[in-house]
Amino acid sequence: MIELRNVHKAFGDTPVLRGVTFVVPKGESMVVIGGSGTGKSVTLKCILGLVEPDSGEILVGGQPIRRGDRDAFLARFGMLFQGAALFDSLTVWQNVAFRLLRGRQKRPRAEAREIAIEKLRRVGLKAETADLYPAELSGGMQKRVGLARAIAADPEVIFFDEPTTGLDPIMAGVINDLIREIVVEMGATAITITHDMTSVRAIADDVAMLHDGVIQWTGPVSEMDGCSDPYVQQFIHGRAEGPIEAVR
Amino acid sequence: MSTSAATGLITRPLAAIGRPVLQGLASVGRMVLFTLSVVSHLVRPPFYLREFAHAIMTIGWYSLPVVGLTALFTGGALALQIYDGSSRFSAEAAVPSIVAIGMARELGPVLGGLMVAARVASSIAAEIGTMKVTEQIDALVTLSTNPIKYLAVPRVLAATLTVPVLVAVGDSIGIMGGWLVGVNRLDFNSAAYLKNTVDFLEAADVASGIAKGAVFGFLVALMGCYYGMTSGRGAQGVGKATKLAVVASSVLILGANYLLTEVFFSG
Repeated sequence: MIELRNVHKAFGDTPVLRGVTFVVPKGESMVVIGGSGTGKSVTLKCILGLVEPDSGEILVGGQPIRRGDRDAFLARFGMLFQGAALFDSLTVWQNVAFRLLRGRQKRPRAEAREIAIEKLRRVGLKAETADLYPAELSGGMQKRVGLARAIAADPEVIFFDEPTTGLDPIMAGVINDLIREIVVEMGATAITITHDMTSVRAIADDVAMLHDGVIQWTGPVSEMDGCSDPYVQQFIHGRAEGPIEAVR
Repeated sequence: MSTSAATGLITRPLAAIGRPVLQGLASVGRMVLFTLSVVSHLVRPPFYLREFAHAIMTIGWYSLPVVGLTALFTGGALALQIYDGSSRFSAEAAVPSIVAIGMARELGPVLGGLMVAARVASSIAAEIGTMKVTEQIDALVTLSTNPIKYLAVPRVLAATLTVPVLVAVGDSIGIMGGWLVGVNRLDFNSAAYLKNTVDFLEAADVASGIAKGAVFGFLVALMGCYYGMTSGRGAQGVGKATKLAVVASSVLILGANYLLTEVFFSG
């Protein structure tokens, strides 16, 4: 479904991706782990075309991402951003139904609102939250609204960028469970980037370890704990000593 | 002294000059490309009418008090100044006509434009800059929405259409400020003051000011959007974007005002 082949990206003189290669089969949930500043977010942005890679190839459904209709391409994706990235000037339901209120997937306003409320219910929020503004919500509620917006138009592929950052452990658990349930229920292909190992175990079918701009290890989550890769072992056990320098 | 040290002595100052010049040219290039992109999207669907209506209110309607007050005090001060100057050669009767022409041709559009720059360019740059920093602009793209079309086009179009109206209202209020001071402080006859204003003010004086207003509105919103969308990270990045938007739009207003005055009145 999604394939990255030897993707390179540098910002000025600083290389971030130095040949990232991995495959996410259709309907699978891949979690990309790695320390801060290792290029996890840049990888997602390259797939979405928000950042243009310097070289390499990215295929979605066997097609290079830069070919064809951009709107139709983006309509296949949903994304939950790290800080939820809700639009401050719009109410919760208008955020959730954003794609349904304009463009090709436009529907009558009442129908879009109904779908938004249904999606809000799916992520555990009451209909009363629909008319609030994002600033009136807690961090956990904002993440849920972001999740509802990501799934509002039933996308084939969903990206989750650090879905539990900044949340308390219980709310993080709730979000992890929701992500897993929604991905399974929708049959969507998912890529999550995180450094929260609880999320990895809750969400992942497969795991890829990104370090120093390349995928150091990739495999099923069930093999992660037993793998011999020193990068993975240092990362999942949170050790200061190892091949990953503590001060980067 | 070795050859490389001597070469360095010559090339370092040249590099110190060349680097900011190249950065400046690159910045102008980016600004021109952004302008072309906004202009090209002005005429291509989809059009976001709800955002356009909202921009009309925030840019036009809510700027009315500040533009009106600026015009009122400027008109009054202008009447006092012209009275003082003209009385030196017994030409006090020229006060109404000069206040009217001065407001309509220059002070209405320029001061109105500068007040809108302070109020609108800063708020657009801060709003869009914050949206960029909090990934809301990336979110727009992932939701199949072009940020230039959704954020910049409604604001630029609204400012281009509403600032001329603000200028026209400001002209009227400024002339009224002059009339208030003329009648109450300078002992002009009210009817004579108004007749003098109407007799000497020509349609071209008002039209030139309104045309300037359209150009200034375009520049203000464009700079707000450009600096917001190219904002750096964090609070410091947004603060810098806001400052640059106000400075650039103010300087462009004054520069464009000179050029337009040359075009309209040099013949």
